[in-house]
Amino acid sequence: MEKYRIDPAKGLEFGIYTLGDHLPNPITGERISAQQRIHEIIEYAKMADEAGLDFFSVGESHQRYFATQAHSVVLAAIAQATKRIKIGSSSTIISTSDPVRVYEDFATIDLISNGRAEIIAGRASRVGLFDLLGYDLRDYEELYEEKFDLLLKINEEEVVNWSGKFRAPLKNAEVLPRPVNGSLPIWRAVGGSPASAIKAGYAGVPMFLAHLGGPAIAFKRSIDAYREAARRGGFDPSQLPVATAGFFYAAETSQQALQDMYPHINEGMKKTNGQGFPRHHFAHGVDPHDIMNIGSPQQIIEKILYQHELFGHQRYIAQIDFGGVPFERLQKNIEIIGAEILPAIRKYTAKK
Amino acid sequence: MKIVGISGSRVGSKTRIAMDHTFTTLADKYPDVERVLIDLADYDVQFSDGRNYLDYEGDTKYVAQTIMEADALLIGTPIFQASIPATLKNVFDLLPQDAFMDKVVGMLATAGSPKHFLVLEQQLKPILSYMKAQIVPTYVFIEEQDFYRKQIVNDDVLYRIERLVEDTYVLTDVYTHIREARNAAYGF
Repeated sequence: MEKYRIDPAKGLEFGIYTLGDHLPNPITGERISAQQRIHEIIEYAKMADEAGLDFFSVGESHQRYFATQAHSVVLAAIAQATKRIKIGSSSTIISTSDPVRVYEDFATIDLISNGRAEIIAGRASRVGLFDLLGYDLRDYEELYEEKFDLLLKINEEEVVNWSGKFRAPLKNAEVLPRPVNGSLPIWRAVGGSPASAIKAGYAGVPMFLAHLGGPAIAFKRSIDAYREAARRGGFDPSQLPVATAGFFYAAETSQQALQDMYPHINEGMKKTNGQGFPRHHFAHGVDPHDIMNIGSPQQIIEKILYQHELFGHQRYIAQIDFGGVPFERLQKNIEIIGAEILPAIRKYTAKK
Repeated sequence: MKIVGISGSRVGSKTRIAMDHTFTTLADKYPDVERVLIDLADYDVQFSDGRNYLDYEGDTKYVAQTIMEADALLIGTPIFQASIPATLKNVFDLLPQDAFMDKVVGMLATAGSPKHFLVLEQQLKPILSYMKAQIVPTYVFIEEQDFYRKQIVNDDVLYRIERLVEDTYVLTDVYTHIREARNAAYGF
């Protein structure tokens, strides 16, 4: 775990992520400028840092209604604006990027932040960026696998010799600068299905599991499959961190939380994915056994502890800002997390 | 209420004739309903390549988006090789898995042989169920002999089409009320 800068003795890590979406507030119908959205994301990271959270990450999406296409640039600004919080991507679309450039960017962010940068590498849930960036969608799988492997190799080796299908060969290449502690934590981003978790396990790399909703127990299958695959691949699962990522919203009561959050998720999903979020699914978000963490602070504490008992994971990251949630509400949530939720989670999950 | 019709083939004229009649009936009975009839023969729809439907362009995007915006669908299809045409199946493949959630779907088939009667029951309904449609249980089955010179000449078929239109409208209306009552009960 040390290689991934995680100390299990301190208990479950708690973080925040944003996809960098840039959507109108469905209540007012108004959308802030991209400039303001980016400034608010940086401010959001500062608040998370000041509240003592462990991690903050920004996603890369090349489509309408998003503002952080250049997510590594935003992360560099966050690196400068924050002091202690670890920062990363959620995720970096490695398939359509050059791993050399990605590594250069994130090693630089690591230097700016004094050793706080991480990469979570994914392969895009939407595929418009293949056209935009000049890649063939038929290479979707292979692009990801080859480029992810190269990214890991650059992380492990100071002098790289490599050849592959989708990039010019590297001959005695030095990829510089190097990160503060020699290497970066690199995670594999995984959607819900066990099949993609298994691939992460075979590769022996940490897994970031994103989830929309559903009973937490359903996601345990993916986590178990991941650890089993890692074991079969010759890795020690106890040395491989697992993180989960999903919707979060805390308010005084669970009903208030549902009311505050639902229009943002529903209208935001309609715009970005073409389908809303079914109300009956969302209503499950307050169920003690559901993976979505929506409710009162106490209910959320219990949900996260239940998930931790189930998954034995090392980090949970919360998505609160999707769909034009007003900044004051993000502020309020960070306050609640810092004052109530985080202390309780650390108290119950830290090794004494 | 928005009802979208799909005439599901690029070959022949009978399904289109039946759908035209269906839509005329719909317009007569329920003039307030917003109607769009998509004859797949008029559109250049590409094969599904797995992308989100919003990421298609041109005719493909128009067809997918129009269907997604509907409250109810009326699907007309011929039977080819004892199944639905690939043209129609491709339209389903363009859409998300649960694309028909909260939508009512009614069906009619035109067929060259009575032996095809169960094709919709056994092949189209399972697809629609998987995609979460509220299916109008009875469908209209129209044979070659029911047409004469581009017209439907069997009164029984005309009655059944009228019934299909009524059922589709009434079920859509009822499910909308049920959904609204349910949503109100959630309180968010």
